Amino acid sequence: MTATDEGAGSDADAGVVDPDEVRHVADLARVDLDDEEATAFAEQFADVLDYFAALDEVPEVEDEPDLVNVMRADEVRDGLSQEEALANAPDSEAGFFKGPKVS
Amino acid sequence: MSADDAPGTDAADDLNAFITRETVENDSDGPLAGKTVAVKDNISTEGIRTTCGSAMLAEYVPPYDATVVERLREAGATLVGKANMDEFGMGGTTETSAFGPVKNPVDPERVPGGSSGGSAAAVAAGEADLALGSDTGGSVRNPAAFCGVVGIKPTYGLVSRYGLVAYANSLEQIGPLANTVEDAAALLDAIAGPDERDATTRYDAAEGGAPGASDVSDDTHPADATEYAAAADGDVDGMTVGVPTELVEGADDEVVEVFEDALADLESKGVETVEVSLPSVEHAVQAYYVIAMSEASSNLARFDGVRYGTAGGEGNWNESFARSREEGFGDEVKRRILLGTYALSAGYHDKYYKKAQDARAWVKRDFDEALGEADVLATPTMPVLPPKRGESLDDPLSLYLMDANTVPVNLANLPAISVPAGEAEGLPVGLQFVGPAFGEAAIIRAGSAVEE
Repeated sequence: MTATDEGAGSDADAGVVDPDEVRHVADLARVDLDDEEATAFAEQFADVLDYFAALDEVPEVEDEPDLVNVMRADEVRDGLSQEEALANAPDSEAGFFKGPKVS
Repeated sequence: MSADDAPGTDAADDLNAFITRETVENDSDGPLAGKTVAVKDNISTEGIRTTCGSAMLAEYVPPYDATVVERLREAGATLVGKANMDEFGMGGTTETSAFGPVKNPVDPERVPGGSSGGSAAAVAAGEADLALGSDTGGSVRNPAAFCGVVGIKPTYGLVSRYGLVAYANSLEQIGPLANTVEDAAALLDAIAGPDERDATTRYDAAEGGAPGASDVSDDTHPADATEYAAAADGDVDGMTVGVPTELVEGADDEVVEVFEDALADLESKGVETVEVSLPSVEHAVQAYYVIAMSEASSNLARFDGVRYGTAGGEGNWNESFARSREEGFGDEVKRRILLGTYALSAGYHDKYYKKAQDARAWVKRDFDEALGEADVLATPTMPVLPPKRGESLDDPLSLYLMDANTVPVNLANLPAISVPAGEAEGLPVGLQFVGPAFGEAAIIRAGSAVEE
């Protein structure tokens, strides 16, 4: 199954995670895993997700949003220089970050 | 430790409290003049590498200072180095650092707590007068309790997070550690206050700002109106302290004994204790980890080996990115990124993330009600004594459960302090006070009465 298979039957229950599913999520998150890691994580995820399942008991709670937009004047100010912004890049060329091909 | 164990000697390095030792003197004559400060290594320092305890950032040198570091400099403090920590703040024992575990100065066999374990150990060992940590689910209070020092987690919005390498933005605050409540409060005085570079520090109540801000009558940031160090006067006569039964029952017997002795001592100073109930906390740890991991999976997407981080080598962008992260991140970080990605993925969002937000709202409401009956709440900071190194690493779940008393406070965005309350089996036990939003003065006052 994949994490996007909403109706994947009993496999979708929390606590049932196999190494393939861990690898699928790792793909989505762009993290390579070796086989050993995928197997170890599958076991641990079963425990952790089983524990998270207790959230099912949480009632819906009205939450008054205490967020408010904060604006400041849109003024030009000093920022990092191009050199500073590139200083930590493993690779750069002619003032640009140099990355791998996108596809 | 003896005065001979100056920073840089073998005895000092034995603890592994610092990732980078670098002294930056300051000639400004501010309130922290002459004080040495260790800064957790996820707080940006211009020109000094900031690794977050990760191989991913082993070579990263920030081109700017975090706002709190700027304020330390203005206050005249001397920086003595960057403190060791759990990788990206993920851990409760400072064993997940790519630069090796930190030892607890009280008992080198044991963990110092985490994730600000290096900061707490540096203060406890006399390597620094003061330290800055960051607290996402207890990461300042936990190591303060395990190392026998004072730690404060400020109200969300009191201290600028500009320059803090983000792990879970909606939960984390930078907080001070020190040997005494007054020293920790003085450090809080120096770093607290509005910052135009971090809009979450704004607090414009008079202009119809945040609801819940109505207890602040003017339009200033609360830190502008309060002197936290002055609140450490030990005067608790007439104060009401609420004790949430749920957060005492789960603690080990020897911890509860020290906690109750400290409460009895407070009662002799004129404190009234009342029992309060926080039924929601039973789900707080689950909610905390779902939210923190979800935010982490998004925040840590920036480490791609292109702008910074370990280069991923050949291949297309996806392959290179994934390889960079395989090499750069440790197990706990990968675990949380993957679990966060899972919790946010289609089909699981409502089951995990949405429910966690409901639980968070419930926790907030519970705390509001309990703080309607008492000035502050008191709990043991940690339900257990500091474990030995290696005891808990293989079982992530048991590690997560250790945070039961600290994480609800972050979910509710409230302030809390951990103060040493005594010892059990020769190991420190911390007492936590939780206050209402921006009620730092009350928890500092209560804390100072415990240490007298």
